Amino acid sequence: MEGDAELQDLYREVLLDYYQSSARKGRLVPADLKAHGVNPVCGDEIEITAQIKDGKVVKLRYAGHGCVISQASAAMMAEAMEGAGIERVKELSAAFKRLMLENAPAAGLPPELESLASLEGVRKFPLRVKCATLGWNTMMQGLETGTGAED
Amino acid sequence: MTPLDTARLRADFPILARRVRGKPLAYLDNAATTQKPRQVISALVDFYEKHNANVHRGVHTLSEEATSMAEGVRSKLAAFVGAPKPETLIFTRNATESINLVAQAWGRKFLKAGDVVLSTEMEHHSNIVPWQLLASRQGIVVKFVPVERDGTLDLAKVKALLSEGPKLWTFTAVSNAIGTVNPVVELIRLGKEAGATVHVDACQWAPHRPIDLAAWGADFVSFSAHKMLGPTGIGVLWGREALLEQMDPFLGGGDMILRVSLEQSTWNALPYKFEAGTPNFADQIAFGPALDYLKETGLDAICAHELALAEKAREILIGEGVTVLGPQDPAKRSGVVSFNIGGLHPHDVGTAFDLEGVAVRVGHHCCQPLMNKLQCGGTARASFYLYNDESDLEAFTRALRRTMEFFRIKPKAGTR
Repeated sequence: MEGDAELQDLYREVLLDYYQSSARKGRLVPADLKAHGVNPVCGDEIEITAQIKDGKVVKLRYAGHGCVISQASAAMMAEAMEGAGIERVKELSAAFKRLMLENAPAAGLPPELESLASLEGVRKFPLRVKCATLGWNTMMQGLETGTGAED
Repeated sequence: MTPLDTARLRADFPILARRVRGKPLAYLDNAATTQKPRQVISALVDFYEKHNANVHRGVHTLSEEATSMAEGVRSKLAAFVGAPKPETLIFTRNATESINLVAQAWGRKFLKAGDVVLSTEMEHHSNIVPWQLLASRQGIVVKFVPVERDGTLDLAKVKALLSEGPKLWTFTAVSNAIGTVNPVVELIRLGKEAGATVHVDACQWAPHRPIDLAAWGADFVSFSAHKMLGPTGIGVLWGREALLEQMDPFLGGGDMILRVSLEQSTWNALPYKFEAGTPNFADQIAFGPALDYLKETGLDAICAHELALAEKAREILIGEGVTVLGPQDPAKRSGVVSFNIGGLHPHDVGTAFDLEGVAVRVGHHCCQPLMNKLQCGGTARASFYLYNDESDLEAFTRALRRTMEFFRIKPKAGTR
């Protein structure tokens, strides 16, 4: 049915899988990076914690409540960023932002972000783009200000 | 009281013919804003095409027409809400501004450090934040009557907190988030008996139930035109005349002064003292036909109609095992139905409903303290109005079932 087809286009199977996965949910203690983000549209909050060694993200976890899109996006981000160097993390974030905000083709995504192509359908729902970018913006904010922050 | 002829009413609302994502629009977000009948839209066009000129200034024909049309709506509104004098009704941008006006123009003058403002946990942010701003600026204390688990207020707790002698008692008549209808007249009476100044946020009351300001006996009442078929950009503050006279102006500028010298100014009479600058007279004028429409349709019939639809929606939701928030007692419920489907996030619900053409509000409804109290980050909310009908309920049910199927939410055992 039409409505279902559109739902399936937005909430692709892989998204639902990541949403339900608890592989990288949680908080790291101690953490070298700790950042807190809020989506003012819905009040959803996310907390990103990461352990960074020799300029590389060793472990990354996200905590908080959110919709399918924000949680799945954060889960995929955590997976893609673990093991990456800080410069690569910034490149990945920029590439994801181009996909969501500038309609960049999903085919051009870096290989680590392959699963993120499943968020392409979100672009048809401008208010939901903020859900997809919440975790990423929080991570970038953490890199700018929160490295070593542990309160 | 005759039932509403929704087929005839719907024909007055051009937007209801729209399709959304390929489906007929089922507009169930009336607590956020209502749609506008042709009569309101054409009043706006008619004014701009035939009468537009600034009010209270020129002596030319157009300015006189505009002034008399705008003031005519103030008088019409006074009759609609039982205000003893039209000049005690002040037009603002929205109800948020109305409450800020009370906080700034009354609160700054009459509250001092240590004074208590009493509110409730079920308020919209617009009836919390203005008082918090005042608390940080002049050291007043803001206290809140707790909300019970079913989303109502316990009158014993209200009385206990009122006995501590708050200077202001400010509460909502109806909860926008979960639809609780408060016993307004009794809450006002309790406040007055305790010696408090009383403000009522009537945003969710005025579109659905009659207001009789003279009988209510409050000191301030605020509401908003756009939630009652009127245009955006028009809020209302009614105030007791003696209080309004004692208060200082809210904003300074044109229209609110009697005489200005470089040293000092004297204030204009009510209501202009509180309406600085060129007012939003075009929208004020288009508010008139909205009031006519509500009066002709009849608030009692409107309220009965939307309550019946909301009760059916509730039954459908409960039948599917969905959690419905709000009072257990039907007499305490409005046309707002707030719900959560399993562990599904309200935003995902909102998008799934939208794909079926069903507009519902999702999120915290600008009531984060209430959501925290009810231990949910947010809800999905369907809110009904005079033009909603069975077809909207059918679309709502279809959207609900599709959403549950798609996200594999199983009805709770024993509910189906």
